[in-house]
Amino acid sequence: MMEQAIARIAGKPIILRKLRIHPTIAVFLLLMVAIVWLSPLYRTAPGLMSLLQRAAPIVILTCGQTFVLVAGGFDLAVGSLITLVVVAGALITEGDPSMTWVAIATVYGIGIVAGCTSGAIVAWAKVPSIITTLGMLLVAKGIAMMWSGGAPQGYLPQNLRFFGRYAWRHVPLVTRMPVAVVVLVVAVAIMCWLLHGTNFGRLLPMIGDNPRAAELAGVPVRRYRMATFVISAVAAVTAGLLLGGFSGVSVDVGTGYELQAVSAAVIGGVVLLGGRGSMGGAVIGALTLYALFTLLNLIGFPEPLRVGVQGVILVVAAALTAERGRAD
Amino acid sequence: MSAAAASLRRKSINLPVALILCSALIYSIVALATEQDAQLSWAGVMGLLQRMVALGITAIGQTLVLLVGSIDLSVANLISLAAILAGFVMHGSSAAIALGIAAAILCGLVVGLINGVLVAVLAVSPLIATLGTGLVLQGVLSTAYESLPGHAPPSFRILAYGGVFGIPFALILLAVITAATWYVLRRTAIGYRLYGVGGNAQTARLAGIRTRRYVIGAHVAASIAAAVAGLYLVSWLGTGTPWMGRDGGYDLGSVAVVVIGGTLLSGGRGGVAGTIAGVFVFATIDAVFNMLQLNPFLAQILRGVIVVTAVAVYTVRGKAHTA
Repeated sequence: MMEQAIARIAGKPIILRKLRIHPTIAVFLLLMVAIVWLSPLYRTAPGLMSLLQRAAPIVILTCGQTFVLVAGGFDLAVGSLITLVVVAGALITEGDPSMTWVAIATVYGIGIVAGCTSGAIVAWAKVPSIITTLGMLLVAKGIAMMWSGGAPQGYLPQNLRFFGRYAWRHVPLVTRMPVAVVVLVVAVAIMCWLLHGTNFGRLLPMIGDNPRAAELAGVPVRRYRMATFVISAVAAVTAGLLLGGFSGVSVDVGTGYELQAVSAAVIGGVVLLGGRGSMGGAVIGALTLYALFTLLNLIGFPEPLRVGVQGVILVVAAALTAERGRAD
Repeated sequence: MSAAAASLRRKSINLPVALILCSALIYSIVALATEQDAQLSWAGVMGLLQRMVALGITAIGQTLVLLVGSIDLSVANLISLAAILAGFVMHGSSAAIALGIAAAILCGLVVGLINGVLVAVLAVSPLIATLGTGLVLQGVLSTAYESLPGHAPPSFRILAYGGVFGIPFALILLAVITAATWYVLRRTAIGYRLYGVGGNAQTARLAGIRTRRYVIGAHVAASIAAAVAGLYLVSWLGTGTPWMGRDGGYDLGSVAVVVIGGTLLSGGRGGVAGTIAGVFVFATIDAVFNMLQLNPFLAQILRGVIVVTAVAVYTVRGKAHTA
């Protein structure tokens, strides 16, 4: 709709329609121009790298959530899973750097178990994913609270914070290369390959669109749906490790991230309840949401109103996607 | 829960009755085992039932929305907004009670209309649309809260604390709303069309039902119900806070109890009897955990497990895949 409106004003309908620029990309570029214009910090390569570093968790989370969304599900548990990961990391290591690898292995184990459980309940017990992951949300948060006695604090040990905080200096071209950006690129590349390069990923939209038809066509619907929840949970664990690097340990680290991830995916054109979506769209959606938050910070927009803006953007993006869907 | 499954399989008792009997039995056993006989007295049982009121009123609205195949995740923040608004307008004066009630209901009406139009006319996915309006309300709440001080007058707090013949007024309110909704759903053409719209919107439209009106109407009803729940909470607590709805978990909580009560998330099947049974299950879970003096975090874990198990009990035998 937006393209058509622009095209009508410009009087060149055919060219623009052929280009089919994703409107989100235009919005993202606009936001970046505003950010660079307002703050000299972001005019340098290290500044942009640190922006990317801080956006890494939400981008990875959104990409993981995309698998679940494309296959027609919904994962509400990722936020409290992040909390559980950070709390578990702190309690397993107890400040002892030699326990780092044990902690990393354990939190990935927790993620895989949580993902398998949610996935199995949705696929085999046929409990709607909203209810299943709501249950998982309560369980994960409850375990994090019980394990830590309700009020964990402090920081993760230095080498566990490595992934979130550390940056290589004197790297050619960008000067400063945060580890989080490398993790981001690797994670997105793997997930992009999974969604667009494997049969598994290419069959997911079919499952999301019509699971019965997919099953009759021979797709192992149940196993694939379970796999989407495992991918989402593993992405949440990765995001949790990065976030634990930036911030301290508390029971609120993951709060709100599940909705941010869903919002970002929708802004990126992923259709809820399945059937459509791409990894590129998810990445752009997440970057757009993060750029928006950065911009609102820069202009001193009151913090509490930010959620309101997120809400408006969410509804507008979804309305535009619905309009595009009908036009197709 | 397995008893519920067994009774369902035999089709001898329907789901709501099975749910209520099951949880009432567990409640009584725990009360007797922990020697807290006061919980089984008239006052104890009324106390248990009164815990159902806020979630129950919200969940009845949610039932209507789910029946037409939509969902409303904005109710939690709407409850807070309605409560704050009512407190502000009343400002402790009995004369302004009617005005306060009207303000809260009007607020619900507007939010419901916005939700309904987004879903029915602009074809936005209901999850996203109501999540979005919920976030907007949250932003409004956290900025406007400071400038909207106020509290409910003592005469309004009778709703939560008064009663006749030992029955709290709030419980009567819940019963009236439940009965009215049941009547509309089961005894009027509007109710039948509502089920039609949720079952298959395309067919309903071809049959001459103006489906958009029913979706918008369901959203308006749900939002007004949430506003009424907010009114009850302000009468109970005295003042409204921006986090009372979210902390109470009324958004996903109301969806969970409706689904536990057997209403399909995809719409077209279910009803208020099941919803009330689901709310009763939630209230008894809380009461039982209290009686057992369970670690609150462990209680949260168990609540998560119970919600999923309760729904799995009857979805597991279905053949279709769920969303």
